[in-house]
Amino acid sequence: MATVLDVITWMMLSLGGLVMLIGGIGILRMPDFYSRLHPASITDTLASLLILGGIVLQAGWSLASLKIAAILLFLLFTNPAASYALANAAWTAGLRPETKTNNKE
Amino acid sequence: MYIAASLAILVTMTLAIARALLGPTVYDRILAVNLFGTKTVLLLAVIAFLYGRPDFLDLALAYALINFIGVLAVLEFIQNRGIREKAQRAAKGE
Repeated sequence: MATVLDVITWMMLSLGGLVMLIGGIGILRMPDFYSRLHPASITDTLASLLILGGIVLQAGWSLASLKIAAILLFLLFTNPAASYALANAAWTAGLRPETKTNNKE
Repeated sequence: MYIAASLAILVTMTLAIARALLGPTVYDRILAVNLFGTKTVLLLAVIAFLYGRPDFLDLALAYALINFIGVLAVLEFIQNRGIREKAQRAAKGE
């Protein structure tokens, strides 16, 4: 039973690390601000879910699991709000997405 | 396995710092700093189990709270910048 949990934890942590790396490369390589929001959201939702879920499997039923669940819940609630506020502020300030007709000068 | 996850988080934090330094607009920088803060929370949670010190989870929880409020405060500061500049010019009598 413990071995199975270890294997599942290992898979979740390495998958989470992979998704995290993909998001990190994406935030460096994407062309403009609005497309950079997407890799940031990937690392905020899926990677956090996988990594914190993998840690919870190791912690078992304890106070640490409760704290991790609170962290995860808080991250999942606040990150969309922060992304929305960021995109709304950029749009209000007049920043527009790059298109084929509206190219970078 | 904790070391692999924390290394991936550290590399992503480095990439986010690079974007914060390169970012053409101020919003890119805020986005990168927000990402950096979220990754700090995850890194603290992983380190708590890597070193077997569950009290680090309290730090991660506090950092998650501070990060969200900090990003909103910086955004509010940036949004009102034009209005404040106009008020300063009016106070100088220009």
